[in-house]
Amino acid sequence: MSTVKLTVNGRAVSVDVEDRTLLVHLLRENLNLTGTHVGCDTSQCGACVVHVDGRAVKSCTMLAGQAAGSNVTTIEGLAKGDELHPMQAAFRDNHGLQCGYCTPGMIMSAVDIVHRHGGNLDEETVRHELEGNICRCTGYHNIVKSVLDAAGRMKVAQAAE
Amino acid sequence: MGVEGIGASVVRKEDRRFITGKGRYVDDIKMLGMTYAHFVRSPHAHAKVKGIDSTEAMKMPGVIAVLTGQQIVDDKVGNLICGWAISSKDGSPMKMGAWPAMAPETVRFVGQAVAVVIAETKNLAKDAAEAVVVTYEELPAVPDIKAAIKPGAAQLHPEAPGNVVYDWHIGDEAAVKDAFSKAANVVTLELTNNRLVPNAMEPRAAIAHYEAAEEHYTLYTTSQNPHVARLVLSAFYNIAPENKLRVIAPDVGGGFGSKIYVYPEEMVALWASKKVDRPVKWTGDRSEAFLTDAHGRDHVSKAEMAFDKDNKILGLRVKTHANFGAYMSLFSSAVPTYLYATLLSGQYIIPAIYAEVMGVYTNTTPVDAYRGAGRPEASYLIERMMETAARQLKVDPAELRRRNFITQFPYQTPVIMAYDVGDFNASIDSAMKAIDYAGFPARKAKAKADGKLRGIGLSCYIEACGIAPSKAVGSLGAGVGLWESAEIRVNPVGTIEVLTGSHSHGQGHETTFCQIIAERLGVPISQVSIVHGDTDKVQFGMGTYGSRSLAVGGTAIVKAMEKVEAKAKKIAAHALEASESDIVIENGEFKVTGTDKSIALPMVALAAYTAHNLPDGMEPGLKETAFYDPTNFTFPAGAYICELEVDPGTGKTTFVNFVAADDFGRLINPMIVEGQVHGGLAQGIGQALLEGAVYDENAQLVTASFMDYTMPRADDLPSFKLSHTTTLCPGNPLGVKGCGEAGAIGASAAVINAITDAIGNNKLEMPATPDRVWHAIHG
Repeated sequence: MSTVKLTVNGRAVSVDVEDRTLLVHLLRENLNLTGTHVGCDTSQCGACVVHVDGRAVKSCTMLAGQAAGSNVTTIEGLAKGDELHPMQAAFRDNHGLQCGYCTPGMIMSAVDIVHRHGGNLDEETVRHELEGNICRCTGYHNIVKSVLDAAGRMKVAQAAE
Repeated sequence: MGVEGIGASVVRKEDRRFITGKGRYVDDIKMLGMTYAHFVRSPHAHAKVKGIDSTEAMKMPGVIAVLTGQQIVDDKVGNLICGWAISSKDGSPMKMGAWPAMAPETVRFVGQAVAVVIAETKNLAKDAAEAVVVTYEELPAVPDIKAAIKPGAAQLHPEAPGNVVYDWHIGDEAAVKDAFSKAANVVTLELTNNRLVPNAMEPRAAIAHYEAAEEHYTLYTTSQNPHVARLVLSAFYNIAPENKLRVIAPDVGGGFGSKIYVYPEEMVALWASKKVDRPVKWTGDRSEAFLTDAHGRDHVSKAEMAFDKDNKILGLRVKTHANFGAYMSLFSSAVPTYLYATLLSGQYIIPAIYAEVMGVYTNTTPVDAYRGAGRPEASYLIERMMETAARQLKVDPAELRRRNFITQFPYQTPVIMAYDVGDFNASIDSAMKAIDYAGFPARKAKAKADGKLRGIGLSCYIEACGIAPSKAVGSLGAGVGLWESAEIRVNPVGTIEVLTGSHSHGQGHETTFCQIIAERLGVPISQVSIVHGDTDKVQFGMGTYGSRSLAVGGTAIVKAMEKVEAKAKKIAAHALEASESDIVIENGEFKVTGTDKSIALPMVALAAYTAHNLPDGMEPGLKETAFYDPTNFTFPAGAYICELEVDPGTGKTTFVNFVAADDFGRLINPMIVEGQVHGGLAQGIGQALLEGAVYDENAQLVTASFMDYTMPRADDLPSFKLSHTTTLCPGNPLGVKGCGEAGAIGASAAVINAITDAIGNNKLEMPATPDRVWHAIHG
């Protein structure tokens, strides 16, 4: 067992976990942040994507211990209170989700994609960048639409700041 | 249409919890004292279990119990059932081998459970499972259909000689023979419908909680039909009587058919929960999903179609072998028979049809309904046949289809189905216009100049949905009725709860069903709640599959609403001192027609509950229930056209355009309908280009992870162009047909027809990987 100290969604936490514990399990089992999902066991599906120090990471590929000292944001920490993040709003407005299981990972990946590419996003880039997130419901059509829509909203929001 | 009524693309009410990480899936739930199950599974496809030694495992930390197949048999937990009885040609019933929840003696597919470890944590259960020593005696394994029916093949079940479950047929053999004797042309086709793994993104999971003081079980499970699960667990598996078993399917992360069935893991969790007297949680991982979720498709077929000199179809003869895997799953027997061969008429007038279907056992994961269930297999066969015929007869494939389209309705096919309504010319017109079919030759020529092979492929599908009239399916062997139920509770303040037996696992019922209420009663959808997925709350339900929720479940809601309206009108008439026949409902107001007198729904509801001034003899309250049994299937249909390019140097396929023109009858929420089509198309295209479960000669599943089984990813797919044509379904008051499976049913033939058009070689199997396409081009 080890004690892992990290910041999750702005809150400092200290958790005792087995050394083999993955970050996703720390989030789900120890912190009850069940919005981060597990959809595979080969780091392919992306349902577990969270932000570690601002970068999208598959939380099933990282030991909890490796996240010590990091600043982790999960889907639960993305909205500002009742105000949805533009990516969350875009997924809802464009019907970018159906069963909702891949959605948290999709949204966390998508936010990272927009951050990395700024305003230079087109459909082809979004499709390529989403390669690490699998959705079985939507055929990606409305997910791509959502990400492009959110990219526009985030640009506007940034310009306004 | 109001802003929230029928026809409005309302954003989904359920989305807020999903986009903020507040969905509640089975694995998200924790209980006090919860234990964790991990299964010990067979690494062999076919073997005798000679012994299970759990001595070391029991000594490991946190281990509470190791339970085996023999114990579950000794405790008289029932074997898994198949709920649809099919008889062979000779009248004999299907031949089924026993399927215990964990194998006591013989394992018949890789991944079949032989024991389960219950421990304090998931990791401790996994560790201990590694320490359970199982001794096997390997037996020869049967990996596929061809091997199963080979003389001298290893036998899976003594009950099924030759590994044959049934040898079934439908149609008129003599009439088909006669049709072929008069044919000017005969077109033949052999094809495989590749085995698919459903892969809902949420792996299956179960939490079972036995409370000894009440002798009561609660099961949280990833189910598309919790009442069916309770029924089967009670009536056939002897877990507990229905009043002592509550089944809850909370948020469920996709199903596509694979979560219809009651699986061994739920049975074991319930049984183990009583054994250890604590809640037991099992969450499958993706590897377990690949090995144990019911697979889909897996047919090998030969077909012949007879044409007269005017290219009109005279007859169709089909022989299909269907792979059931190692055991008969819950509805497996119906899939390659009544859900497949009854759709072999497609959109066409085919005067004579005869189909034979032989279902066989193999040492593979059980196969059952997967999105479309039989209908994709029929559609793929017919639509590849039409394209093959057009090429052989040297006519335009659209023209050949038009020449043979059914245009008069109702139309009785030779294979049971009576199509109620449709307009197949309208959908093909719409699709051809959307893709600029007329301009294709010029585009092809231009692509050729660029060194690319361009092709175009059509697929005109029809499906039977709204499953199903209970009497009809009962006469065909179904063990259950396929009606749906609903209950509407108008609360004293006028808010409404709709309890439905349908189950939403991505389909958006929490929005669509509210829109039906909003349309009729004028209540904002924010004041309507949909309750589903809990056998303690909802009176009963047959669940969600076969694109049935709106056509059957939605109609049950309408029927309950009619009863609510009838009672509310009586109360309104009494309050307004008017005649009941003069009351009309407009925007949530009960009005006396021709006057300005009215009373709003909340006041009617309040009057119903205060009961101070109700008509004489009327019971208080405003709550009604309905059970609705459809009178016919519904028949969604449409035309899909795919245009693509093949790189002859690599065999890689690139989409140029994919258009879909569907007729689903009336659309309640077009945004949700389009989302359903997108998802279906992705699964159909996935089948055509990427997906395929592959077993090696020892019946080991080679494609058992997302590293090996190619799931469609965002950059594998195009954006889709959708359109709708409409003929209203006459069979239900909403005029709806169902939209959930269409894409998966129609898409694969369009893709393969386009590739074979591009490369000029019709011999191409799915998935049409670059390797296969390259070999089809270069030999």
